[in-house]
Amino acid sequence: MATVGGGETGWRGVGLAVLTAWMAWGTAAAAEPLRIGIAGPMTGAYAPFGEQFWRGASMAAQDINASGGVNGRLIELIKADDACEPKQAVAVASRLVDSDKVDLVVGHFCSSTTIAASSAYADAGMMQITPGSTNPKVTESQIPTIFRTCGRDDQQGSVAAEFIVKKLQAKAVAVIHDKDTYGQGLADAMRHRMGQLGVKEVIYEGITRGEKDFNALVTKLKSLKVDAVYFGGLHNEAGPFVRQMREQGLTAAFISGDGIVSNQFVLDAGGPQFAKGVYMTFGADPRKISAGKSVVDRFRKEGYEPEGYTLYSYVALQAIAAAVKGAGGPDGAKASAWLKANTVQTVMGSKSWDAKGDLKDTDYVMYRWGSDGQYAQME
Amino acid sequence: MDRNRVSNHTTAPLPMDLHIAAQQLINGWVLGSVYGLIAVGYTMVYGIIGMINFAHGEVYMLSAYLTAIALALLAALGVSSAGWVIVLVLALTVLFTALWGWAIERVAYRPLRAANRLAPLISAIGVSLALQNYVRLAQGARSQGVPALLDGTLRLGDGENFVQITHQQILIVVVAFASMALLAWVVQRTALGRACRATQQDPLMAQLLGVDVDRIIAVVFALGAGMAAVAGTLVTLNYGSFDFSIGFVTGIKAFTAAVLGGIGSLPGAMLGGILLGLAESLFSGFVNTDYKDVFAFSVLILTLVFRPSGLLGRPEVEKV
Repeated sequence: MATVGGGETGWRGVGLAVLTAWMAWGTAAAAEPLRIGIAGPMTGAYAPFGEQFWRGASMAAQDINASGGVNGRLIELIKADDACEPKQAVAVASRLVDSDKVDLVVGHFCSSTTIAASSAYADAGMMQITPGSTNPKVTESQIPTIFRTCGRDDQQGSVAAEFIVKKLQAKAVAVIHDKDTYGQGLADAMRHRMGQLGVKEVIYEGITRGEKDFNALVTKLKSLKVDAVYFGGLHNEAGPFVRQMREQGLTAAFISGDGIVSNQFVLDAGGPQFAKGVYMTFGADPRKISAGKSVVDRFRKEGYEPEGYTLYSYVALQAIAAAVKGAGGPDGAKASAWLKANTVQTVMGSKSWDAKGDLKDTDYVMYRWGSDGQYAQME
Repeated sequence: MDRNRVSNHTTAPLPMDLHIAAQQLINGWVLGSVYGLIAVGYTMVYGIIGMINFAHGEVYMLSAYLTAIALALLAALGVSSAGWVIVLVLALTVLFTALWGWAIERVAYRPLRAANRLAPLISAIGVSLALQNYVRLAQGARSQGVPALLDGTLRLGDGENFVQITHQQILIVVVAFASMALLAWVVQRTALGRACRATQQDPLMAQLLGVDVDRIIAVVFALGAGMAAVAGTLVTLNYGSFDFSIGFVTGIKAFTAAVLGGIGSLPGAMLGGILLGLAESLFSGFVNTDYKDVFAFSVLILTLVFRPSGLLGRPEVEKV
């Protein structure tokens, strides 16, 4: 991409317009399917989140197709795997654009990958909706065609900070992150708000993704006599970390974000006896919103619990369908303009977006993992 | 961010209590024992054929899966005493991982014995990719978990100020040393060990004197894999979760340990492992977790500057 100069973009634009026109003509003739790329970590250590994306999108596509598709075009999903690696995300994005020729994209999951891939979609004038990337930078880069169906880490971090300071009344707080865009961004957001509330962390350090032994850090936290540990990162590291805290007799509260919203967290922690009592922030349980009841029931009937970002992914597809219908086609600029001006009825209630592509209303709340290995919204 | 880090240290100086220091030494020792066990595989293979077996980290990863399979098997057979489970799981995992090590040598390295030095290296990287993806496809990408077998803890001290070592960690340290001692005995005192040492010193001469060099090389691969399996079993029982990608980070660390201790030297591998574990633990505990890997690798570089063949390695003799 770096080699494309300013002069060439004009030609690219023309080429794209011709291509779009040709595709539009093709559509009219044969009602081509509406091709939507579903990008996320389908393999690798973070694959449970990719599965949530795929499950939600598949169910939504099935439902939309059953009611006649979008403008007479049936939805076809193309799975794309970024393994939560920014480099692979860029490669996958150009594959979706150039060889799979998708019309729109739902993705990615890890904020670092969403940001890395976004320019490829933006250059192609393609709309991109991420169901799970919460880092503020995702929508701060002036790309008019990017949206998200989840909240932002500055909102999420604020809720956690207020909980730690006001509810737990913690005085010695440790802020630990995994040095990734999402994890560190979330930890920074929490720390910023906590500072405004008058509490300064006693330690701020990063661990290495992929490691399992955090005993040295845990011993250090013990020596600092912390009474709350905030962790910005994913369940793969959060699990062993909380387990080693408990094994070393450190009873401080453990608070994290939506990176641990998967039952895989309990497994990584070595069982509910270690995971119990862990707090996390996440949007108000989407499974409890009445608009989505029938969809949730159908997921459960298939033997799948629509946890985490499953319904967010369903909503992303509903938003795409509404925008394409409203704009009369998948053109990125038109569909985006439509989505920013209108409200969409979804399985998570009615949603509307601001000029940046963020949701106008978000509702982060605290959850607590119980001794049964399930998480539940706190009263 | 840097400003904040500095102020962290000024507002909250770390208490340098004795029990904290002792706890960090235990943390580092346990971690280092694991590195040492895996480092043995790198060092033995290098010693005998002068090749870095980049697939060794993946062998360690395989052993974690084999541990889980063995645990499930024993549970199905109704073996429930923790002691027996540990002994049998170790035995089964070591056996099957050693078979893997042997098979990898047979398939990927032996046909390239006569080729130039780079060919087996590339082959090793290929084996590493193949194993990782095989496990990913066969077992799924999600991390897997096993329940805790031993959950007791030994604590020394009173109230808040105690030093502790969990029974699992004791198991790691004890089994690591026992298996190292066993390996040292095999290498130093048995006919097989003598053949290994002879092959290491001069393969051609050893062959002329009736040593089956190909078989000895295969045995060395199997022994190295067996030691990695001991580490894989202990780590899996201790940390509980693993996935197809764990071989990479741990493999790099163990390789570093082998180079630090002097590649080719058995005691060097164990020493390098423990030093690396201690360096990581102490730096993370008393300075900063962000830079613990930077520190560990700086120690490696400094060591190599002053002792190019590692701590216990013998300098390479120029053959004429």
